[in-house]
Amino acid sequence: MKTQNQYGWYFVLPVLLLVAFNALIPMMTVVNYSVQETFGDNVFFWQGLDWFEQILRSDRFHAALGRQFLFTGLILAIEIPLGIIIALAMPRQGFWVPVCLVTMALPMLIPWNVVGAMWNIFTLPEIGLLGYFMNNTLGISYDMTQDPIAAWVTIVTMDVWHWTSLVVLLSYAGLVSIPDAYYQAAKIDGASPWSVFRHIQLPKMKTVLTIAILLRFMDSFNIYTEPFVLTGGGPGNSTTLLSIDLVKIALGQFDLGPAAAMSLIYFAITLLVSWLFYTLMTKDDGK
Amino acid sequence: MAQITLSNLRHSYSATPKTRDDYALKEIDLTWEDGGAYALLGPSGCGKSTLLNIISGLLNPSEGRILFDDTDVTSLPPDQRNIAQVFQFPVIYDTMTVYDNLAFPLRNRGVAAAKVDARVTEIADMLEVTDMLGLRAAGLSPDNKQKISMGRGLVRDDVNVVMFDEPLTVIDPHLKWKLRSKLKELHQRVRATMIYVTHDQTEALTFADQVVVMQDGEIVQMGTPVDLFERPQHTFVGHFIGSPGMNILPCDLRDGGAFFQGEQVALEGPASQGDGETQIGIRPEFVSIADQGLDATITKVADVGRHNVVEARVGDIEVKAILEGDTPVKGSSVKLAFRPDQTRLYRDGWIATEAAS
Repeated sequence: MKTQNQYGWYFVLPVLLLVAFNALIPMMTVVNYSVQETFGDNVFFWQGLDWFEQILRSDRFHAALGRQFLFTGLILAIEIPLGIIIALAMPRQGFWVPVCLVTMALPMLIPWNVVGAMWNIFTLPEIGLLGYFMNNTLGISYDMTQDPIAAWVTIVTMDVWHWTSLVVLLSYAGLVSIPDAYYQAAKIDGASPWSVFRHIQLPKMKTVLTIAILLRFMDSFNIYTEPFVLTGGGPGNSTTLLSIDLVKIALGQFDLGPAAAMSLIYFAITLLVSWLFYTLMTKDDGK
Repeated sequence: MAQITLSNLRHSYSATPKTRDDYALKEIDLTWEDGGAYALLGPSGCGKSTLLNIISGLLNPSEGRILFDDTDVTSLPPDQRNIAQVFQFPVIYDTMTVYDNLAFPLRNRGVAAAKVDARVTEIADMLEVTDMLGLRAAGLSPDNKQKISMGRGLVRDDVNVVMFDEPLTVIDPHLKWKLRSKLKELHQRVRATMIYVTHDQTEALTFADQVVVMQDGEIVQMGTPVDLFERPQHTFVGHFIGSPGMNILPCDLRDGGAFFQGEQVALEGPASQGDGETQIGIRPEFVSIADQGLDATITKVADVGRHNVVEARVGDIEVKAILEGDTPVKGSSVKLAFRPDQTRLYRDGWIATEAAS
């Protein structure tokens, strides 16, 4: 017979406190702001769901959300296939394995604001290596501070440069875990390289790819620092992604109520998409 | 279908082998007859999987040739050799159904859909997996997955040889026996040459008509299970096959007779001339307790069910005997007799007596 008592709660308590102070309480503060209006002096007025309605009806929010989905969609469409291709091309054994792995990991080790600053300088038309080369050597007009297309090309390229490695490393881990027998059997069965990829490599990479897509979705959907440092949301509003817009409303205009409502909507969208994706990807597992 | 000939085959995993020890396969000359059921038996690391991979073309031998009938296939890749191989761990294509798994090798070779369907149905029937054909292969149990792997090997009717690389390793013991008899039955039905690699003597002896025993990259003996049991060509075979293995006892050869612990032991026939270390080989099955013979003290008696495995000490040498019925108790003194026609002499490991005619 097992002893029954309530001592277990003491062990959970530290975690509960930690989560309460770093997540639940700040979150509830946001919820609190989202249903009230303030004119300062710590005086609040009840506002109900007005802020939510306002945000959901606002063209500005729709535009930022649209840009956000475009950005995330673009980087996923580039990074996932590119990451898989690089992982497939990487050596499986020998001297070059550690060289490749370390080189791949380097971009991920650089702090986000540094990445933003690096790419800013890199692409400036007058002094940047790339900017100068494009404008003066190739004669292609390229200025991400003036041209929205150039700004988009730059932030997408920057993200691809920064984060494709993550997909590569995860895919590579999935690939090296496939036993040789699978490849040998495929050879004997006369499978084409495409069949090997479609029926062996891709299914075996499914789990790691699910994680890679999920991580890249969440990170890119919440991205702030790099575009903020690089373009500051401009030119105009062309690269004002959700988080940049949110910070503008919260800290620029100091509209705490709408900003709080917007963060909750933002959070709900991230959560919903992640959950949907994960559920869809794993629904066949265990069958 | 074809006869497979291995000629002067040597293989080393090192690029520049210097000594004989650098070779994983030392010198293999072997012919596998068309339609035979063969087992390749040996301890782990003896080179049997290397040999298998060379036949299937997954590995290129350092030296020597492989012939399928009269065609030299040494440099052909696996898919052009028309062979099938079943691996230690079941290899199935997770995304496909059982049916598609079985059809895969045929479809890759552009076989017409009607023929694919006929073959898959036939093989599924033989393996008793017909009711699983529509299921996703990923969800099957390990033994069913291994059945599907075997099925993919058997589905092509033009294969030269089907090879099994320790296919029952991951199967539960009570299903091993079932799958083993299934394999034997399949061999009788499809009549393809089959090579079965294993380190388990029971699997080898029950499956194969001919067993090839390997040790350290060399073939020690090839023969029927009965040959291997009754007249091992090498002490290694004697020791490796049988449970317990053959007694290998040091002896002196003088005056035309073999002496073990000072007593003369009758051999099956005259010993060949030569120098080298000599040993007597006698299976525990042919050691008995008699009125006259070698003085021995019983040190251990183990009842294994149908019979007793008795260990006795002659001087300082242990001799095992398999005895039925009444057995002397531990510590008692007895006299051991060896059945002369089953008593062999080995010189430097190799047999050195002529069989009694």
